[in-house]
Amino acid sequence: MTINYRGIHDMGGLPAGKVEAAEHDYALWEKRVDALMVLLSKKGHLTVDELRRNIETLGAEAYDKMSYYERWIYAITQTLIQRGIITIDELGTGIEKAQSHGKR
Amino acid sequence: MPHDHDHPHDHAHSHGGTAPHKHPPLRPDQDDTITYWRAMEIAVRELLIGKGILTADEVRRAVEEMDNRTPLQGARIVAKAWTNPQFRKLLLSDGNAACKALGIDDGIYKLVVVENTEDVHNVIVCTLCSCYPRWLLGLPPDWYKSRNYRSRVINEPRDVLKEFGTEIAGDAVVRVHDSTADMRYLVLPKRPSGTDGWSEDKLAALVTRDSMIGVTFATTP
Amino acid sequence: MANADRADPGFVPGDAVAVRTIYPLGHVRTPYYIRGKRGVIERLCGVYGNPEELAYARPGLPKQPLYRVRFLQREVWPEYRGGADDTVDIEIFQHWLETDR
Repeated sequence: MTINYRGIHDMGGLPAGKVEAAEHDYALWEKRVDALMVLLSKKGHLTVDELRRNIETLGAEAYDKMSYYERWIYAITQTLIQRGIITIDELGTGIEKAQSHGKR
Repeated sequence: MPHDHDHPHDHAHSHGGTAPHKHPPLRPDQDDTITYWRAMEIAVRELLIGKGILTADEVRRAVEEMDNRTPLQGARIVAKAWTNPQFRKLLLSDGNAACKALGIDDGIYKLVVVENTEDVHNVIVCTLCSCYPRWLLGLPPDWYKSRNYRSRVINEPRDVLKEFGTEIAGDAVVRVHDSTADMRYLVLPKRPSGTDGWSEDKLAALVTRDSMIGVTFATTP
Repeated sequence: MANADRADPGFVPGDAVAVRTIYPLGHVRTPYYIRGKRGVIERLCGVYGNPEELAYARPGLPKQPLYRVRFLQREVWPEYRGGADDTVDIEIFQHWLETDR
């Protein structure tokens, strides 16, 4: 019997646990990720379809370990690289700068 | 150099001059550590601002706009449908037109409204990701986006509803709506008993976000 | 009027349809659990850009009719324990649907 491809996001009907009615107030950085998504798609720099496709290619472990907005900033950034809007070099430099600011 | 002003202005900091200045300390959010992904958000945002693709002001306004979107929008729509049969009819046939009629910006997605009755109970999910009528209800709760909800409400809806404290009569039909493409869904919950003659405002207070997703009933007074 | 950029709606509410039993890669909005299942067209939602194409920053053409299709839960899940008339309603693009004979 062949096993067909099933995306890790495509989980309808799979066994799972009790629904914990958990929610948290979104942190500012999370709201900003959301804002980036809304603004960039409104301005036509990316589509929500590209974002979803990028999230779907995360490995199963990453998909479940990363928080919702971690997955979205990953997807936004991948899409911007794919579209040629940011370069890998400037991204790496920017991340390093932000991390070193945080350590102060 | 473009500068992010989304921090409290409680430090000595000149805004007017062109002289280079130190970047102010980053404000901690839920914890004090800059994780890799948070650093990425900062880097990407500043890159985009630097390239003139976005402004800091646009980001700030987008955050505010989302903050201002609460389930109250949806609750107003429900309360009006409960009190106005013509509006209810419009809502069920053309959700976007109904939103417009209430002066609520009708979003970019098509709104499908499904009505809960004694005989039919509707519940909404996006098994593939987290599609949600954000412009009416604000940001979705964590559980709506969780593996457990997305996996189980589709094939065990009555069990999942029970976990929310909601029991559906055995002879009622349960319909699960999987928001897979360009539609967005709102449940029109049953109007609770004991609310005859209530004003729309008073009724709106009974309409919870969870009742508009379909995992609970509206609050009974 | 058919043209290369837009597929014409071929189904109407009430039509019996089956979801294609194919398992490609790529960005697909037809959930795994519904493939091969038989249902009924509940409504035509409209004609939209194809997410399978949009996901790769392509124009999303040809636009495809999107339907809400209603399935009986007991026919989708072999061990469904709910009501006999319970349904699952899903938006499915036309190119994933075949007439159910």
